[in-house]
Amino acid sequence: MSTETPTAEHVVTDDPIIGALRQRFGDHALLVQPTLTGMPVLWIARDSLEEVLRFLRDMPEPFEMLYDLSAIDERLRAHRHGLPEADFTVFYHLLSISRNRDVMLKVALHEDDLALPSVISLYPNANWYEREVWDMFGIAFRGHPHLTRILMPPTWQGHPLRKEHGARATEFDPYTLTVEGQGIEQRALQFKPEEWGMRRENENTEFMFLNLGPNHPSAHGAFRLVLQLDGEEIVDCVPDIGYHHRGAEKMGERQSWHSYIPYTDRIDYTGGVMNNYPYILAVEKLAGIEVTERAKVIRVMMAEMFRISSHLLFLGTYLQDLGAMSPVFFTFTDRQKAYEVIEAITGFRMHPAWYRIGGTAMDLPRGWDTLVQGFLDWMPKRLREYERAMMDNAIVRERTRHIAAFTTREALSWGVTGPNLRATGCDFDLRKQRPYGGYEHFDFEVPLGSHGDAFDRGQLRIEEMRQSLRIIQQCVDHMPAGDYKADHPLTTPPPRERMLQHIETLITHFLQVSWGPVLEPGESMAMIEATKGINSYYLTSDGNTMSYRTRIRTPSFPHLQQIPSVMRGGFVPDLIAHLGSIDFVMADVDR
Amino acid sequence: MNWPSEQLVASLTAMLQGVVILVGVVLLGAVLTVVERRLLGLWQDRYGPNRVGPFGSLQLVADLIKILFKEDWIPPFADRPLFVLAPVIAMASLLLSFIIIPITPGWGVSDWHIGLLFFLAMAGINVYSVLLGGWSSGNKYALLGAMRASAQTLSYEVFMGLSLMGVVAMAGTFNMREIVDAQQGLWFVVPQFFGFVTFLVAGIAVTHRAPFDQPEAEQELADGYHVEYSSMKFGMFFIGEYVGMVLISTLIVTLFFGGWHGPWLPPIVWFALKTGAFLVLFMLLRAAMPRPRYDQVMSFGWKFCLPLTLINLLVTGAVILIADPL
Repeated sequence: MSTETPTAEHVVTDDPIIGALRQRFGDHALLVQPTLTGMPVLWIARDSLEEVLRFLRDMPEPFEMLYDLSAIDERLRAHRHGLPEADFTVFYHLLSISRNRDVMLKVALHEDDLALPSVISLYPNANWYEREVWDMFGIAFRGHPHLTRILMPPTWQGHPLRKEHGARATEFDPYTLTVEGQGIEQRALQFKPEEWGMRRENENTEFMFLNLGPNHPSAHGAFRLVLQLDGEEIVDCVPDIGYHHRGAEKMGERQSWHSYIPYTDRIDYTGGVMNNYPYILAVEKLAGIEVTERAKVIRVMMAEMFRISSHLLFLGTYLQDLGAMSPVFFTFTDRQKAYEVIEAITGFRMHPAWYRIGGTAMDLPRGWDTLVQGFLDWMPKRLREYERAMMDNAIVRERTRHIAAFTTREALSWGVTGPNLRATGCDFDLRKQRPYGGYEHFDFEVPLGSHGDAFDRGQLRIEEMRQSLRIIQQCVDHMPAGDYKADHPLTTPPPRERMLQHIETLITHFLQVSWGPVLEPGESMAMIEATKGINSYYLTSDGNTMSYRTRIRTPSFPHLQQIPSVMRGGFVPDLIAHLGSIDFVMADVDR
Repeated sequence: MNWPSEQLVASLTAMLQGVVILVGVVLLGAVLTVVERRLLGLWQDRYGPNRVGPFGSLQLVADLIKILFKEDWIPPFADRPLFVLAPVIAMASLLLSFIIIPITPGWGVSDWHIGLLFFLAMAGINVYSVLLGGWSSGNKYALLGAMRASAQTLSYEVFMGLSLMGVVAMAGTFNMREIVDAQQGLWFVVPQFFGFVTFLVAGIAVTHRAPFDQPEAEQELADGYHVEYSSMKFGMFFIGEYVGMVLISTLIVTLFFGGWHGPWLPPIVWFALKTGAFLVLFMLLRAAMPRPRYDQVMSFGWKFCLPLTLINLLVTGAVILIADPL
């Protein structure tokens, strides 16, 4: 059965990198898999993994960043014609800023030998990703210094993303927790410094181990950091995540392509429709849908509204973490103004789930432009005020200048993206570098920082809000006429006006709303510049109404992993300033 | 012999005055907790508590009922005697300081010639409340808060006393009434401007109000030294903070702004108006300022405020000597 029949425009089979790898490792060392991911997907042998990665990392115009690392349980996948035999596949997604290209390496594994060499020595951010793969799939990484569960509780049995693991609550016995069981769970969470290679004291000092979180005013959600303190100086720290894990990737395997959209809203819960964006783009690639110009511009406009809303939340909490009490009330007033517009257009505030496969849920309501214009007129003077009152304030500057600073090189090696990467001076904004969804038609600038410190990360986001306002203004001025949904059989749900006229559309409507649309087998991926960094959905379709594997790569996950490397030697208040400047939400970390 | 004798009337009046001032100050501290929340609401474009009673006027009653009926929990890992003692010190040391404050020519608890020194002593004792509270709680956050509090208060008390010595030198006395009377021509804020500024800074630091709220630092230490306190023990720390604000405000008024002096209006009104202005300033500072890092607070105290007070004192002394050689 021929299965891999993606539309030709997306498939990458000839990339300079394939030639370079063939030249270096021989023709048989790699197998090119045609996909809709927009990058070369290469299968390599497990033994050559480290060598290939080292080659890619050290070549001229290198692949600086390990963008993503995860796995796929292939055992129930029907359509994998022409691919190497595998029970599990581990994939390494590398990103090159200098080439502005990606490459994905895949390694096939068999059930009786689920082990790989760890690549932490090449890419330090592999650490958490490898732990996640171990946690979710039970694949071991030889040489990993601390291969333990990261998202699931330490007492958990089984590996949730394996296909044999249940996905619905009804597949399990009711959950109970006895007093005894609670004790066991709590003891399992107790921090033991020795397990992390930490000493309890040195010649001069007995260290204090301070549990910051999972409930702490500045932890921005259920996030735990264990600090090794000498006085107030942070000797070392260990971030502990997983308290907000809801199994969003697993849910993707049991929701129809259409009904998964609301789940995406809740990944970065301050980003609203921004989360729908990469998912919808990836699904549309699989379905081969080209959306209308109007739908594109509507999407851009709403995504930028949410970028402003998210950045306003950032700004308020960032300044609050610096001890300024009032700004958060003002930024929430502004967010309310944004939500009034968003609510009028989408009918919802934080989680509109408003994008649809092939367009948006509705057309813009009458009078939308006056509403949006009102918001555009309101914001600039407020942004000026925040700058004058806070960013120019000497105390704010003292607290954030040169605090938790890192270079572009460090940022890339830790997988840092988005405003945090641009604060180091690295000009990489996907809206410019790899325009998607019509961003190439908009005139805007990409603000850059220069010091990569907590101050630049704050200031840069104020600038980004200005640029977003510019984009929205262009949307208002040049909103194209036409349909808000694509004329395509897989558009879900199909336009209602037509459904009421044609029996064929009615049948399609019925099927797509009850079963959900059926997508051709294939793999696709879409990356977008989300509010907090690069967010992407890597979808594997097995020709069904549901995704076979939904990999959600979120920006906050690597941002938290990086914390210890920049905080050693800082003070507790510096850590709080840094946490405020990262802009993360735990739902975006744990998924 | 007349009965009641003049002496008895005098001492009864004095006792009554003392009780009225004591109760008044505690009540004012309690009322301020609500006033601050309403004012912050005003400045932050929101309402603040406005549900209980007309315009939220009964919020205080609701808060009192709530705080009195909360479980008064003492952590099993706490050092009990010290844990109980700490809030008592917090409240008592501040309330005792009001003994020396002259409110009007006729009102005041006592008129001691050591006046100002008594306040400095009480401020010194007040450090123990935070220190003991943080230490005895057996909580790491509380300990860090206590550590910060003792470092900060010690540093700031060094120049707090010195900043007032200019006033003392000019008035030639520690007695508060005489200091007020010495300002009839010119308020001391003019010749002792730097003394006023440094005392204001030190006063905010000693009451650990924002931006010098390092010992509490909600965003960092999740309330610091009183994180384990509940019910009225917490209430005493809480009201104590406001009583401290009242104390510092009245001191500033007495030492630098001529106390009850002022034209047209009766003395008590002038005193209340001036004190109120400084109380609002305290609140406004909290609404407006971010929090510096605590080592920055330290270096500001030692490297800027302390030299400034010393220079101020030196210049004051020199001017007095030149103007009026011994």
